[in-house]
Amino acid sequence: MNTPAATHESTIDLKPLGPQHAAWVLRLADGSLVLSQRLSEWCGHGPVLEEDIAFTNIALDLLGQARLLYSHAGALEGQGRDEDAFAYWRDESEFRNPTLVELPNGDFGQSVLRAWAYVSWQCLVWGTLAKSRDTALAAIGAKSVKESRYHQEHLGNWVVRLGDGTEESHRRMQTALDYLWPYTSELFHLDAVETAAMDTGLAPGLDRIAEIWTANTNATLHSATLTVPAPTPFLATGRQGRHSEAMGYLLSEMQALARAHPGARW
Amino acid sequence: MSTGAPLPQDFFAAFGAIEQVPAPWDGSEEGLWTLLQAIPDPEIPAVSLVDLGIVREAHSEPATRSAAVVITPTYAGCPATEAIRQEIVRVLKAAGVADLRVELRIAPAWTTDWITAAGREALQRFGITPPCTIAGNLPRALQFRPACPRCGSHRTEQISAFGATPCKALHRCQHCREPFDYFKPL
Ligand SMILES: [Zn+2]
Repeated sequence: MNTPAATHESTIDLKPLGPQHAAWVLRLADGSLVLSQRLSEWCGHGPVLEEDIAFTNIALDLLGQARLLYSHAGALEGQGRDEDAFAYWRDESEFRNPTLVELPNGDFGQSVLRAWAYVSWQCLVWGTLAKSRDTALAAIGAKSVKESRYHQEHLGNWVVRLGDGTEESHRRMQTALDYLWPYTSELFHLDAVETAAMDTGLAPGLDRIAEIWTANTNATLHSATLTVPAPTPFLATGRQGRHSEAMGYLLSEMQALARAHPGARW
Repeated sequence: MSTGAPLPQDFFAAFGAIEQVPAPWDGSEEGLWTLLQAIPDPEIPAVSLVDLGIVREAHSEPATRSAAVVITPTYAGCPATEAIRQEIVRVLKAAGVADLRVELRIAPAWTTDWITAAGREALQRFGITPPCTIAGNLPRALQFRPACPRCGSHRTEQISAFGATPCKALHRCQHCREPFDYFKPL
């Protein structure tokens, strides 16, 4: 990276709110980057041109979020790591995205459902950041929420269209839902990093979004005539750095160029 | 991630903008705005960066011929942002700004409500229907049916929620049957 994603750092106080501050920001950044990578895999493979363009547009917005968040995390960390260092030069166990976003795309319906579940969660997180004591992060949230709401709207329409579509599309969506839903509990699991984010005023009200997300997504899934799977005790561990077998493949593709040609420029 | 890498020299030429030699800067803030007003957006060259609301502030220090410009990205991941920064630097340096600082600021977040009346007219002439001005109310904004930029009919439908650039959606006029771009309210 030759230029920072944004120089908003110059105007704010960069004292971290506790030792977990940068770690929490990195979780958010990794979630955006990894989902962006997954969505961009659809480039040139979308079922129709419009959705090909939609997925790549959403991927680009997510990449923009990731860049802002990585730059901010780097500044908080104060060790000179920039966005490229985070994206290209960390290994699998250092990525802290929830497992949900790294799972293979599956078919179009599964990709839609996964992205919709995550961006619906993101919309709520950006909302909690409006009251964050980290004003730079609040600014990133205020910027991102406008874009995320478009993503949620578009993907949610597809969830309904496919769920309440043909017998085949309904069957596929129900299968995807049954597969993906156990992974969503990780988004709401309040471990030490999440709890610290709440307690330090970084992301106040984080413990309240599970309920809202469940109500919102259930309403859409109901319109889509899909059956919400019963909760399971399964808890994914991507945020702890223990990823699914899919993650290594994702990273090797994403990082190959940067690692084969360090410092390469356009 | 390296969307911020320097762009090829002919980037702006490729988008139809002509690399004009700007008039010399008189050292005033007003002169700075005049220069910025003449810089086209790289993706929609019919509209200036100022009219799109991308340039937020411009300050000058006549004694030292220095200037500071604040810009804001339209979309967080918009790859044109770096091109815009480079073009501002090129134009203002060519106009005689000795010391220039271009700051990229994301707060307050850019909104299409900042597009000026002149900018909206330019979009319309270019064949892009300007955004409705209720960007703050997304549910209502999504119900809005933009008028066809050719025949003015409101009998239009959305073909694709996402278009050729992050800021546009693709629509079609049911009256004259022509497809058109709609600048999404954000
Ligand atoms: Zn028409």
